[in-house]
Amino acid sequence: MMEKQNTGTQPVLQAVNLTKRFGGLVAVNNVSLDIYPGEVVALAGDNGAGKSTLIKMISGVYRPDAGHIYLEGREITMASPLEARSLGIETIYQDLALCENLDATVNIFLGREPTKRLLGLFKQVDRNLMLAESNKVLDRLDIHIPNLRRPIRQMSGGQRQAVAIARAVYWNARLVIMDEPTAALGVPEQRKVHELIHTLKRQNVPVIIISHNLQDIFAVADRIVVMRRGHKVGDVPAGEVTDDDLVAMMVGSA
Amino acid sequence: MTSRTLPKTSDERLVEAGLLKRLLTRPELGALGGAILVWIIFAIIAGNRGFLTLQGTASYLEVSSYLGILAVAIALLMIGGEFDLSIGSMIGAAGATIAVLGSVFGVPLWLASLIALGVALLVGFVNGVMVIRTKLPSFIITLGSLFILRGLTIALTRIFTGRTQVGSLDQLEGYEVLRLLFGGSIPIGGANFPVSIVWWLAIAAVATWVLMRTRFGNWIFSAGGNAEAARNVGVPVSRVKVTLFMATAAAAWLVATIQLTVVKSADTLRGTQQEFIAIIAAVIGGNLLTGGYGSAVGAALGALIFGMVRQGIVYAGIDADWFQVFLGAMLIVAVLVNNFIRDQAEKARR
Ligand SMILES: Nc1ncnc2c1ncn2[C@@H]1O[C@H](COP(=O)(O)OP(=O)(O)OP(=O)(O)O)[C@@H](O)[C@H]1O
Ligand SMILES: [Mg+2]
Repeated sequence: MMEKQNTGTQPVLQAVNLTKRFGGLVAVNNVSLDIYPGEVVALAGDNGAGKSTLIKMISGVYRPDAGHIYLEGREITMASPLEARSLGIETIYQDLALCENLDATVNIFLGREPTKRLLGLFKQVDRNLMLAESNKVLDRLDIHIPNLRRPIRQMSGGQRQAVAIARAVYWNARLVIMDEPTAALGVPEQRKVHELIHTLKRQNVPVIIISHNLQDIFAVADRIVVMRRGHKVGDVPAGEVTDDDLVAMMVGSA
Repeated sequence: MTSRTLPKTSDERLVEAGLLKRLLTRPELGALGGAILVWIIFAIIAGNRGFLTLQGTASYLEVSSYLGILAVAIALLMIGGEFDLSIGSMIGAAGATIAVLGSVFGVPLWLASLIALGVALLVGFVNGVMVIRTKLPSFIITLGSLFILRGLTIALTRIFTGRTQVGSLDQLEGYEVLRLLFGGSIPIGGANFPVSIVWWLAIAAVATWVLMRTRFGNWIFSAGGNAEAARNVGVPVSRVKVTLFMATAAAAWLVATIQLTVVKSADTLRGTQQEFIAIIAAVIGGNLLTGGYGSAVGAALGALIFGMVRQGIVYAGIDADWFQVFLGAMLIVAVLVNNFIRDQAEKARR
């Protein structure tokens, strides 16, 4: 199941010696991380270990106090999440991601809507194109959402995640980051998100997933990176560790 | 406990039901029903006293048009998640600016009106920037501007003219231009329909097109729905909101200019309480105070209801003192009905 994709190929993302301090607290301490094409990396660790802070540096929310980030070999600095997104780093949060009062197609295109001219004069949104393109990308991801014109508010948690992922894929994400994507979902919906991550993987899009849920981790991850108190304390292929190993690394009793 | 699953078909009726449902879930549905109901009520109790005549129709449409211009602009702002309590004061301020420039400084009235538009846009800009910068609720900021603007208007007008009202504006240079644009009326079947009605309908139409069909419309909804998420995908949320504040102030200027042209005078107290009535009209029209949901057509219909009740009471011979009672009661009933419709619509879609 696990082939080594790592050898020979260039990493999509390299984080080198990233450090982030909040006052006296070192939330992330000299952490390095490589992500390869089509790889799913789970970020594990106890509460407060520094997982969210690490990915927020990668997604442009925080500027690292020290360290470098390389995307496909080129060093990048990002002043905002928007810049990260324009570079192809798409982050999906459980709640912050979508406008719930708008429908799926508008959410997929929000801020980047295609337009056409009415009577050759007035620029207006090309809704038919948006619907057609939305259907295409959802089909490609094997997502079935009845009635795309419903506001997101009326969709299930799994469908919302699916829309957010579809948006990332449509805009050619080079790396997808998910912070606790299944935290608020029921079991069938969690499974749907797992399937979507596998689909992304098949399309060679690498995924970083933060989760507290060991089932999540073992269901999707190729590699598991463990953090404890700001340090990276483990980086292991998912096939080579057990639940117990992981917990031991997380709490530091190994 | 057996559940039958129907086979999936591409049945045409499903599509039609979808369309019908979409109509039934429109925010303005309640206001449309309300407008028809109010018209029927007054047609019955005041139908033989002139409510149904063309002149009667013109009279309630004129009342509706002033309010409608404000309500449509307020509706866009509310959908964008903000609020403006200063538009009533802005009406007084714009009118006083035109009158003082014209009567004291000898500026041609059409030019004075353009300058007043500039002032209004500046006020809207400042309101918007203050809300964005301070992160205070727009309710607080614009409540402040409500009093500042009104106070400034009265104080400055008194300094320049020694009074708080300025009359005989039709004697001033450049009035004719204003009269052509804002003071005319269209005769239909012996009744005169003021041109303000045309402004109202045109603004409602443009606002509806912007909301439903343009990128800016999407951005208004997203700003009111989830500003954070919208910002993250690149929507210029601050610019959208500031623009909406400016549009609202411009609507107040338009109403001020039309009124000034029609009555040929300015009064520093003009527009008092109009902010509440405009918000009520927008809410009756299905716009949510919490933002992210609503329609311009709804706000225009809310203004129509208001105009029909205000004039209908007069035609019915009911003491006009009762108007406020109606207005308050209508607001509450309308919100309950709108909520009920929204709930039903959402249930039906599940
Ligand atoms: N904006 C901030 N200001 C100050 N301290 C912060 C900030 N964000 C995080 N921290 C601190 O940094 C440490 C790491 O936090 P982080 O959110 O990265 O942990 P986490 O691994 O994501 O935890 P969880 O699993 O609970 O989400 C914690 O001690 C936290 O209190
Ligand atoms: Mg976290």
